[in-house]
Amino acid sequence: MTSITETSPHLLAPEPSRLQALKSIILGRPGTIAAVVVIALLCIVAVFAPMLAPYDPLTQSMLKINRTPSWENWLGTDQFGRDVLSRMIYGSRNSLIFGLISPFCAAVIGTTLGVIAGYFGGIVDRLLSRVIDLLLAFPELLLAIMIAAVLGGGFWNVIFVITIAFVPGFARVARAQTLAVKQEPYVEAAISVGVRTPVIIFRHIIPNIMAPIVVLMMLWVASAIRLEASLSFLGIGTQPPNPSWGNIIKDGLNNIFGSPWPIIGAGAAITLVVLSFNLVGDAVRDALDPSTSQN
Amino acid sequence: MTDTGTASSPSLDTPGNGEPVLSVRDLKTAFRTGTGWTQIVKGISFDIGARETLAVVGESGSGKSVTALSIMRLLSPETSRIEGSVRLGGRELLTLPEAQMRMVRGGKIGMVFQEAMTSLNPLASVGDQIAEALSIHGRFTGAAAEAEAVRMLERVRIPAAKARARNLPHNLSGGMRQRVMIAMALACKPQLLIADEPTTALDVTIQAQILQLIKELQREEGMGVLFITHDMGVVAEIADRTVVMLGGEVVEQGQTEDIFAAAQSPYTKTLIAAVPRLGSMTGKGQPEHFPVVDRKTGVLRPAESRPDTVDHAGQPVLSVRNLVKRFDLTSGLFGAVHGRVHAVENVSFDLQAGETLSLVGESGCGKSTTGRAIMRLIEPQGGAISIDGTDILALDKARMRDMRRHIQMIFQDPFASLNPRIRVGEAIAEPYLTHKLGTRQEARAVVADLLERVGMDPQVANRYPQQFSGGQRQRICIARALSLSPKVIVADESVSGLDVSIKAQVVNLLLDLQQAFGLSYLFISHDMAVVERMSHRVAVMYLGEIVELGPSAAVFKNPQHPYTKRLISAVPIPDPSRRAQVRKVANDEVRSPIRPADYVPPQRSYREVSPGHVVQEWEGDWKM
Repeated sequence: MTSITETSPHLLAPEPSRLQALKSIILGRPGTIAAVVVIALLCIVAVFAPMLAPYDPLTQSMLKINRTPSWENWLGTDQFGRDVLSRMIYGSRNSLIFGLISPFCAAVIGTTLGVIAGYFGGIVDRLLSRVIDLLLAFPELLLAIMIAAVLGGGFWNVIFVITIAFVPGFARVARAQTLAVKQEPYVEAAISVGVRTPVIIFRHIIPNIMAPIVVLMMLWVASAIRLEASLSFLGIGTQPPNPSWGNIIKDGLNNIFGSPWPIIGAGAAITLVVLSFNLVGDAVRDALDPSTSQN
Repeated sequence: MTDTGTASSPSLDTPGNGEPVLSVRDLKTAFRTGTGWTQIVKGISFDIGARETLAVVGESGSGKSVTALSIMRLLSPETSRIEGSVRLGGRELLTLPEAQMRMVRGGKIGMVFQEAMTSLNPLASVGDQIAEALSIHGRFTGAAAEAEAVRMLERVRIPAAKARARNLPHNLSGGMRQRVMIAMALACKPQLLIADEPTTALDVTIQAQILQLIKELQREEGMGVLFITHDMGVVAEIADRTVVMLGGEVVEQGQTEDIFAAAQSPYTKTLIAAVPRLGSMTGKGQPEHFPVVDRKTGVLRPAESRPDTVDHAGQPVLSVRNLVKRFDLTSGLFGAVHGRVHAVENVSFDLQAGETLSLVGESGCGKSTTGRAIMRLIEPQGGAISIDGTDILALDKARMRDMRRHIQMIFQDPFASLNPRIRVGEAIAEPYLTHKLGTRQEARAVVADLLERVGMDPQVANRYPQQFSGGQRQRICIARALSLSPKVIVADESVSGLDVSIKAQVVNLLLDLQQAFGLSYLFISHDMAVVERMSHRVAVMYLGEIVELGPSAAVFKNPQHPYTKRLISAVPIPDPSRRAQVRKVANDEVRSPIRPADYVPPQRSYREVSPGHVVQEWEGDWKM
């Protein structure tokens, strides 16, 4: 709120650099710093899994069934004698892949549908909105179970299932944002100079609705990880013998009183990662949209 | 007047005893920012006596609103720091405990804000809200409070107050809502009324009513008024004394008459020179620049005379015939039409090359809708619009896109009309590249040239819109509109959102560009004084129709239609010597253009007053 005289050569605000914005996201709060560290660790573990894992996650051994933690097997072994820690390390790849691919696909599809519905309006909007409402009526997990039950498990099916479950949320947000941005004079200005519709959508609308979409994506990475674990736990996600945090818990349930460590380990990992992505998601939201900030 | 509750010291109510109601000494307010404390108000002092109106005037960012909020202690103590002394009737407010301060707010000091809609609770009836204010301060309770609320509504001249008290805020018009706000502020008979831009969002005829109302109530209640505004015309209209603020400091303070007659600081001179004065143009018949004041020396450079830019002989560049635009109001499941907004009704006019035609009128009169229909941002129901003889309503999408080269628009809000994610250089080049008028290299040269034309450094092409002030952004918008070398520019309230001194500069720029490029402007505005200065011809719109159309000089000097007369008489006069005169202000509302579905608009006839000056024949509802 300093006085700006029209003729003064200096401008209002210095250009906020991307790096600075990123810095403020990461270093905003102590919780966020911890969350970033957890996510970085997860990425390192997932990428270097073959080097870090002490055993092959698929090798079974009749001699080492249901062992409690020891110096040999830090988290014990499961009912097939597989090393739980190694399975968890490999399982992190699963979580990360599902956690990143599904929200990304959902964001692309959902934003496309939402922008189409919002920009063109009329009958297109009404049709798309009703379909989206229909999907929204089911809880994500229920919807995912339904689709998975029809299609069966497997890598691509799980990606497909989680993506479909997330599309309506993105479409809703994208549609509402498009409706708002469409009213902005700069869009009308573009129309009135004769800019073509696709150019208006890609140049003037989409860049201006990306902030909430990115925030939603960050928050739903956590949900995707949780959803994949739930589906695997229910036996319709990642199929055995491939490791996933969800089916480690499922397998651990058989021997919960013998050794609770597989469940505790995988459960803690899921909780920690989901919490971390949520915290980072919140920080990204506050950085991109200061109006929702709590302080 | 019986005072039932407030225990104010009696000495305050006697006028002329010299004791001020409010005394502000060396007030400093700082806000916490990312880098530390930023001083917004830098030590200001003033007094307000009983029955006195003090205007604090300044442009955006001058700290005038922060001053008011500091006095009321409405700023969050976590993010702001207030120093100095604010004494109300001798009592220091800045050190008062919060509980007692709450009783001061509303009890001793009433406050009216700019946006009456957002200041009222949308879910409670206005009567209840006033009653609440009354009972909080313990003046009345229950039924007595409700009766008093109705009486307050009557006091602010709301017709049928009893019925209105049950209305929710959205049922009332903007002017009525502002009256309700004033009623609430006055509910507890405050010693001081703080009015923060209370008329800025209102139409000019309503503004005149509200100013009149504040003056009358002040006389009846004997309170002090702190009136915050950016409009020197309003200052002259209402204030006994004036404080001029710039960048958080007082640059000048004194009797309003003295300031208008002989301002000391160059800044005040700039402000006063930039105030459009209705009637300053009579007899000239040609648009004229605003006089320019040198900000440092304060020397006033009078406007140069301007050659006639109008091509009188040629075919009109823009011709509008019998334009009609109605919006259906639907209800129910099947969307049955129960009414229509007759936004534009049978509007016809011509615009010559190099000419400025202004469409003036108040909100809802259809002037913006006319502009948007001409741009084909909305499709009109009937009529013909031709540019250079081509009927644009008959064009298909692709050919309309080509046609848009010839007609461009400048919008009202310079902050919203530039995409925040696109550098200004690209924004200016976009129309040029869209129409494939040249390569990217050439576009860059065009952008640099246009930026220079609108008075900006070509280097700024790489910056984002957020880095510019409102006036600079409006210049960028003008540059963008010019990039296609259009024949016609539709300027929809393009200078309305700007501070006075910036407004004058942008108007001067538009006039220069008209002279340089032979542009025609369709200038849409509610600001009569700017219109008088800018335009060759004026069309006055009321409820979707043109009621009077003619050369600017003729319409302003010899208005015929009662609505034109009312509009002109409502414009604030920047002459404090005429403040004492009570102007006759009609207490009418601006009527609504919503009609039942089966409404057939009447056939109108026009009478020619003088060559080119036509006026609609009016009917019985206009009493002269």
